[in-house]
Amino acid sequence: MATDSLHHDAHADEHEHHHDAAGTKVFGFWVYLMSDLVIFGSLFATYAVLLRGTAGGPTGADIFELPLILFGTFALLISSFTFGMGVLAMNANRVGQLKMWLGVTFVLGLMFLGMEVYEFHHLIHEGYGPDRSGFLSAFFTLVGTHGLHVTFGMIWILVMLIQLSTKGINEQTRPRILCLSLFWHFLDIVWICVFSFVYLMGVL
Amino acid sequence: MLGKLSWEAIPLHDPIIVVVGIGMVLGALALLAALTYFRKWGWLWNEWFTSVDHKKLGIMYFIVALVMLLRGFADAIMMRTQQMFAAGGSAGFLPPDHYDQIFTAHGVIMIFFVAMPMVIGLMNLVVPLQIGARDVAFPFLNNLSFWLFAVSAILINISLVVGEFATTGWLAYAPLSGIEYSPGVGVDYWIWALQISGVGTTLTGINFFVTILKMRTKGMTLFRMPIFTWTALCSNVLIIASFPILTATVAMLTLDRYLGMNFFTNDMGGNVMMYVNLIWAWGHPEVYILILPAFGVFSEVIATFARKRLFGYHTMVWATVAITLLSFIVWLHHFFTMGAGANVNAFFGIMTMIIAIPTGVKVFNWIFTIFRGRLEMTSPVLWTLGFIITFTLGGMTGVMLALPAANFVLHNSLFVIAHFHNVIIGGVVFGMFAGLTYWFPKAFGFTLCEKWGKRAFWLWLVGFYTAFMPLYVLSFYGAARRMQSYPNAEWQPWMIVAWVGAVLIACGIACTLIQFYVSIRDRKQRQDVTGDPWDARTLEWSTSSPAPFYNFAHLPVVGDIDSFWTQKQRSLEQKEEVRYSDIHMPKNTAAGPIISVFAMIFGFAMVWHIWWLAGLGAIGVFVAFMGRVFNDDIDYYVPAAEVERIERAHQQRVEAQA
Amino acid sequence: MLLALLCLLLAGCSSALMDPKGDIGEAQRSLILSAFGLMLIVVIPVIVLTIVFGWYYRRNNTVAQYLPDWAHSNVIEAVVWLVPVVIIAILATITWKSSHSLDPHRPLESDTPTLEIQAIALDWKWLFVYPEQGIATVNEVAFPVDTPVRFRVSSGSVMNAFFIPQLGSQIYAMAGMDNDVYLRANEIGTYGGRSTNYSGAGFAGMVFDAHVTSDEDFDAWVEEVRQSPQTLTYPEGYDQLAERSSFDPVQHFASVTPELYERLVASFHTGTAPEGDAQDAPRAPAVDSNEAYQTTENQANGEGESVPMSNQAGG
Repeated sequence: MATDSLHHDAHADEHEHHHDAAGTKVFGFWVYLMSDLVIFGSLFATYAVLLRGTAGGPTGADIFELPLILFGTFALLISSFTFGMGVLAMNANRVGQLKMWLGVTFVLGLMFLGMEVYEFHHLIHEGYGPDRSGFLSAFFTLVGTHGLHVTFGMIWILVMLIQLSTKGINEQTRPRILCLSLFWHFLDIVWICVFSFVYLMGVL
Repeated sequence: MLGKLSWEAIPLHDPIIVVVGIGMVLGALALLAALTYFRKWGWLWNEWFTSVDHKKLGIMYFIVALVMLLRGFADAIMMRTQQMFAAGGSAGFLPPDHYDQIFTAHGVIMIFFVAMPMVIGLMNLVVPLQIGARDVAFPFLNNLSFWLFAVSAILINISLVVGEFATTGWLAYAPLSGIEYSPGVGVDYWIWALQISGVGTTLTGINFFVTILKMRTKGMTLFRMPIFTWTALCSNVLIIASFPILTATVAMLTLDRYLGMNFFTNDMGGNVMMYVNLIWAWGHPEVYILILPAFGVFSEVIATFARKRLFGYHTMVWATVAITLLSFIVWLHHFFTMGAGANVNAFFGIMTMIIAIPTGVKVFNWIFTIFRGRLEMTSPVLWTLGFIITFTLGGMTGVMLALPAANFVLHNSLFVIAHFHNVIIGGVVFGMFAGLTYWFPKAFGFTLCEKWGKRAFWLWLVGFYTAFMPLYVLSFYGAARRMQSYPNAEWQPWMIVAWVGAVLIACGIACTLIQFYVSIRDRKQRQDVTGDPWDARTLEWSTSSPAPFYNFAHLPVVGDIDSFWTQKQRSLEQKEEVRYSDIHMPKNTAAGPIISVFAMIFGFAMVWHIWWLAGLGAIGVFVAFMGRVFNDDIDYYVPAAEVERIERAHQQRVEAQA
Repeated sequence: MLLALLCLLLAGCSSALMDPKGDIGEAQRSLILSAFGLMLIVVIPVIVLTIVFGWYYRRNNTVAQYLPDWAHSNVIEAVVWLVPVVIIAILATITWKSSHSLDPHRPLESDTPTLEIQAIALDWKWLFVYPEQGIATVNEVAFPVDTPVRFRVSSGSVMNAFFIPQLGSQIYAMAGMDNDVYLRANEIGTYGGRSTNYSGAGFAGMVFDAHVTSDEDFDAWVEEVRQSPQTLTYPEGYDQLAERSSFDPVQHFASVTPELYERLVASFHTGTAPEGDAQDAPRAPAVDSNEAYQTTENQANGEGESVPMSNQAGG
């Protein structure tokens, strides 16, 4: 980064070509998210097909505990809001506030993950693990893939907290925060789909 | 400690594998020794392995692809030889287990490790130059993509000597690929090789999609892009939309095999039909990922050597876009015989046939580009003409397969084999050889020997018809695909003809190798000084050959389709631009190869259930990636003086020749 | 090249698909030939034009017209779009009609009652069960000439495909799925049949003979099978038979446990393979493949809770 800012004034003509590097990164990340969406799409389709493949095991209505899920859902929804606040803080160039909001987002993400780990552990303990039936395989994999994404998002938040501490907000960290926020909102949207299609429709 | 791995994993009982294995190991050792002796390691590492230069990555893709072509073709020869002998009760020389590995490996290698890297390699080499860019949007990811692909190729080759490869057919249909019916490590090799290279391919798709949309030079609107770039764009859209399906599907199969889940099992609520649907929802777009860029190559080649603008540029673009969209709603034609209802079958059959319309239009556009042109019969043109005829026949048999009611008797037979080799050899392979010959000087600075190129073409063409026409015939006798032996002795003569065809193709490949040798030997005489050896039309020919690492000293400005040609016609001399400026370039990085090697270790450990090593590999990937994330020293400026020196030297060479 | 192709076609005339012995196969032959003929309307001009233009507009033929900037013609564009569109429109109509008339699930019209034969793909042999006659065979099937036969096709193992080339349509055999294909032979004879869908190491040996006989000979054949000392029980005898083997000799079973086919199909819906305690578990009804495969209707299809359904992939 140091080299970047040093040279930028000296390369006014080049500047035009490179000022959009951040834009290219964010655009590229959008495209990545779309491809990730296809993964979730495949898992949703599989879930829909295997929904009745319970093989004598439990159906969704038998095992879903909506209050618990609702708690995790709110944690995740609020975390999207707190991340939004963080981006506002970044736009105002307030690195301290940004880090604080990222921290809050991290804690909310942790609560969500805690909910999920508890649910999974509970189900497996009951004998309803992912190897019990096609339906449970699809359920664990769909929800677990989302959970894995959340985990990566949280690792990413930690990385950004470190980078913000050492570098502050600059041309390198800014697009990364923007990409991370896209990622986090994306996971929120995916979760809303999971919540509606898997849990709500499963219980109804 | 070592999971399922033990000395028994090395197939010492099979003499063929032992000989091949020893050959491979000796070859690799010889290569390593030579590199050490000539002290080339540093050069290789600094100039090539860690390079983020799209042209060098393109070349490396091609080298790996050609090596894998030899491996995949050896499989082909063995299959043809086996089927030549195993008639009328004879068992041939390959036991079923070995034969099944061979046809599986042949399919996997030819598609994933030959056709894909050739297509992606060509995109790497050409696309940034054609759109007047200095590199791709994400140079590091580009290097990483290559290495993920390369280590997967290594993983596949390891399966030859350590353990076994899948015996399931190249798409590993469940439940045959499930743990119950395939308890060995073969399917696991298949899984991890595909997953690791698949991630690389997806990254490439994103990278080039963004590159083409965001990095075009001034004046190059979408409808001024060369056709090859257009086809690359569509191909990358297909990669982005379809490869995640493969990733998800293979991941589910992995969970079935490793954690006892029930996605694609016969019982416990699994659904094997879902696997077939998912794999083809990726698999059909995949064939268009391969063929569209080949269409692009032919469009460039035919316009250049006919010295004429491409007929119907806009039609060509829209036809490509139409094929891209349609390719997603035809997947069911791969399994009409699964028993779906008549309405479903008819819908997918008709959708498939509709693809023939834009494809047919493209064919006519190429033909009418020749019309009123001045066609120079170079070897790329021969490949193109051979393609038009062969591909048209392949398209015809494709439409026959798309008729559900006809498909009921043609499916799973050698007709299918003949059809897709008809379009993949006639389309993709011919296209890649045309593209290789056409853009070779841009990569290396000298042209390829025409004489050996033409010999290769004729051997491939005649060899193809000799090898695959008998298969069409045999399918009418009810010959199924993937037979290790067959009771019908009367099929044998056709199988012998097919074998002769395969040998002719082998001679064609040998001609290509000789072509490389002869051309490299005579590189001084074959030098392309001007950078425009074919009097071509698109931007990549406006810079020197080989292109400097920064591609263009001044980014070109475009005002038209075939802008470089128009410029030459108006004989507007590039005005002497005296003032050069600094150029911003990405730095080479070791992160790509390091991450990929750890990914390979992870994959290998997963295959053999060596969990601690798998953990180590995963941690290695993560740490190496973090190393990249925390590295700020990723770019630099090429001083104007350096650019000036390189450009002056090029101009002096041109003037000296003139 | 075309000439060579023609030679090959002629050579193919005596082949299974070009010399069918049943009306399904005959319809399929004429379908293949008419599609082939229709497409030649485009294919031949393409090949001829490629060679003629390639030759005439060669670099050193300075007599030929050269228009380097000519790149568009509405007339040519219209023709090259229109001709393929018309041909594909005709083919699409043919596709729609033939997909329905030759739908494998469609019963054949006949005065003779339809004979049901259940074909089960095992590793690596075919088990044929005659529910009405109460007999079973391995790697041999017989049925009377001119009689519609409904083959119900399923698998006790991996995916296979049931195919008698000279009679027409093949269909997939899948565990837990009750698939079917209607065929009819119009000529007495013995026709080779096989699995066409690769199913593992013994796949090459998954061949059988189909004997098409007169009514009397069929009755005699059934009687002969009934004389066999062997019987087939489910699940014990079946489990033994299901063990892996290839190129199996013909076997006859004088009697067979009733509803073997249905019980085998259902055994995959309970969550346990036939080797296990399928007996005790509650069984879902076997779902007719016609319904089970209807992609468009699978949402509405509520029966058979645990049956693997739906062809529809997402993404």
